[in-house]
Amino acid sequence: MGCGKLEIAGGGIARWGRNEVVSPLLEMRGITKRFPGVTALDGVDFELEKGEVHVILGENGAGKSTLIKMLSGAYHPDEGEILLDGQRVDISSAAVAQSKGISTIYQEFNLVPQLTVAENIFLGRQPRRFGIVDRRKMRDEAHELLERIKVRVDPDAPVSTLGVAQRQMVEIAKALSLDARILIMDEPTASLSGQEVDRLFEIVRGLKEEEVGVIFISHHLEEVTEIGDRVTVLRDGKMVGQVPATTDHQELVRMMVGRSIEDQFPRRRPEVGEVLLEVTELLREGVLEDISFQVRAGEVVGIAGIVGAGRTELARAIFGADPLDSGEVWVEGRRMERFDPREAKHRGIGFITEDRQGQGIVPPLSVAENLALASLGRYTSAGFVNRKEQRSRAQKMIEELQIRTPSPEQEIRYLSGGNQQKVVIGKWLLADSKVLIMDEPTRGIDVGAKVEIYELMNELTEEGAGILMISSDLPEVLGMSDRILVMAGGRITGELSREEASQEKVMTLATQGSEAAVG
Amino acid sequence: MAERIKPREILSRSGPLWGLIILCVVMTILSPYFLTFNNLFNVGTQIAVIAILALGQTFVIVSGGIDLSVGSVLGLAGIVFGWASVVANLPLLVALALGIGAGALAGLTNGLLITLGNLPPFIATLAMLSAARGLALVISGGVPLNPIPGAILSLGSGDLFGFVPLPVVLMLFMWALTIGILRSTYAGRCMYAIGGNEEASRLSGINVSRQKLIVYTLSGLFAGIAGILLTARLASADPQAGFTYELDAIASVVIGGASLSGGVGNASGTLIGALILGVLRNGLNLLNVSAFWQQVIIGAVIALAVMTDTLRRKKR
Repeated sequence: MGCGKLEIAGGGIARWGRNEVVSPLLEMRGITKRFPGVTALDGVDFELEKGEVHVILGENGAGKSTLIKMLSGAYHPDEGEILLDGQRVDISSAAVAQSKGISTIYQEFNLVPQLTVAENIFLGRQPRRFGIVDRRKMRDEAHELLERIKVRVDPDAPVSTLGVAQRQMVEIAKALSLDARILIMDEPTASLSGQEVDRLFEIVRGLKEEEVGVIFISHHLEEVTEIGDRVTVLRDGKMVGQVPATTDHQELVRMMVGRSIEDQFPRRRPEVGEVLLEVTELLREGVLEDISFQVRAGEVVGIAGIVGAGRTELARAIFGADPLDSGEVWVEGRRMERFDPREAKHRGIGFITEDRQGQGIVPPLSVAENLALASLGRYTSAGFVNRKEQRSRAQKMIEELQIRTPSPEQEIRYLSGGNQQKVVIGKWLLADSKVLIMDEPTRGIDVGAKVEIYELMNELTEEGAGILMISSDLPEVLGMSDRILVMAGGRITGELSREEASQEKVMTLATQGSEAAVG
Repeated sequence: MAERIKPREILSRSGPLWGLIILCVVMTILSPYFLTFNNLFNVGTQIAVIAILALGQTFVIVSGGIDLSVGSVLGLAGIVFGWASVVANLPLLVALALGIGAGALAGLTNGLLITLGNLPPFIATLAMLSAARGLALVISGGVPLNPIPGAILSLGSGDLFGFVPLPVVLMLFMWALTIGILRSTYAGRCMYAIGGNEEASRLSGINVSRQKLIVYTLSGLFAGIAGILLTARLASADPQAGFTYELDAIASVVIGGASLSGGVGNASGTLIGALILGVLRNGLNLLNVSAFWQQVIIGAVIALAVMTDTLRRKKR
């Protein structure tokens, strides 16, 4: 499948060369946008043809979202012009963007969970008769739209009952209902499993056939080759180049970060020590079944599986964030008596959640405050916090982890995803955690910062920590784990050593018995 | 909060302070009587009760909650104190402890309803708003209790060094106490963390339920102290005392720059917020603006203050 795509993409380039007379669907010329203190975009050119998937690649902060926000009407360029079908347009608001047929699907969905699928698709423009919403017509039209992208979702189901992948499909249906000619997808695969990604790509290919132009933002290089036609690479607000999607990954990475990264997964395997974490026969009715494993000092144990296999649930159960029906967790040979985040913390477990914004950081607080979040009690005597000590410890951690922040007092929400993640890891290091549970540790983080996180994992395990890493990024699991546990349907379906593990073996185990678990 | 803040940042961070300064300058120009010691202390005395309520409310709002019951709890504390000293003839200190303790207990009950009962703070404290007022009426039989012991009366009308009114002294003491709690105690730091992101705080091993109990108990305690002060000022324990004061308290906190979504706010902002409301009322009185129009103007100022603050934050 991948091979066929490459040729089409190659042929496409030649065609564009010839078609210079016909104006492209969308053209952005010399777009510049300045914010106080930074030039977010500096004379960027971009174009999109009908039926093309044009990937925008770049590290966080490279200007990708600023660029697409010009199209969705959230920002207005300081310089440069935007042309649709060769006509200059002024996209001054989201409503204008919508009327021009531009739809954006953000990572955070803009759906109202309490309303049904159909109501969400037609939110604000429900078909009406005499001022009253015509529910039947709305449902029929929603059904038709969902059929068009071959999605089996009940138009009457409340969105809150849908999974992430299905919600995304609803967003796409909504975009189609707006007669979108340009569909912008901001990291659409970030929280999808392998199968769901395949499904999404099928839909995108269908949209291409309908002559919809798709702007696709992603961190995953594999996806670029699979779905993209052309790639525009941004770095520090400038356009580095525009290349066919068939371009070699090493080359793309080099363009993105401005240097070549020889090894994306620089795992060094330290000497393995004694057992730090032992989990025996964990059970949570309908969610987790008979889970037992160990993590030793110096090890990175990866947990692979498709979305819904119970990986995050397992992490949360070990950390005491969710209740358990039965089972035992031992840390350094001592049994945890209560399942509770405080108990887990005191025993030396740290939990880096998959939802950094929602569960990891406290956005309005400073970097220093966020670093101290799990260790506040250590600087407290008689109820009073020793703020001086808190600050100096935070300062030390900022230097150790090379957290890039103008000052420890900077509010954490202004940091990039990678630096925020380092703060979350630093928070647990300050609490002297020996076992770190990392759920999707590099989600939404750019390539350069990813490597820094991997290096950090190396250093921590060399110093005798044990890491349990959950990841949906298969190359990451294969590249960084010393052992891999594969989960499906709430159980561990197999364990693979680093040497024997391969994408195929992991996927086979990950899809084992998953049908049985659905019911 | 920070150690090294540039002067420019101080200016941009203290929008409410600028609002207060501008308001004072305008009032000084409009009324020659405004900028006199007498009048300024007058303003201080008038706002002391609201300011203490608002300081207690600051804990709640910073931690992401809301306490609608403070006005009623203030009334209950005053009545419990009045009953203990007037009807039961208990020693002054015991009566004080009972009054303030009743406030703290009402706050603790709010906290329990929210943590154990899983009620949203709005609902829990709305229930307490009704219940505490009702209890005050039950205990007092619906009538004011007199006479209040002389020692307490002097809290309402006495002064320090012959010129600083005691209500102002008490207000400044509570302000300093609030600064200390918010800045330097474990509980205070947890309020910011919980208000900023409750789930992240829980997953960082903070005992969120216990901290919330502390927050609401503190708010009740402050309302209790405000209740004693108002009783002293009125020279009578009135079961209707503090009616709708919660709205002024919340307004003060919000004008002072706190965010109702939690994690942002501080004691000085709240004090400035209360001062802005107080100066405005005082000035409008001096200018003989009708009481009806005063309410309209104050409403406009609340909306304006929060709007400019939101805009300022967005710009950064």
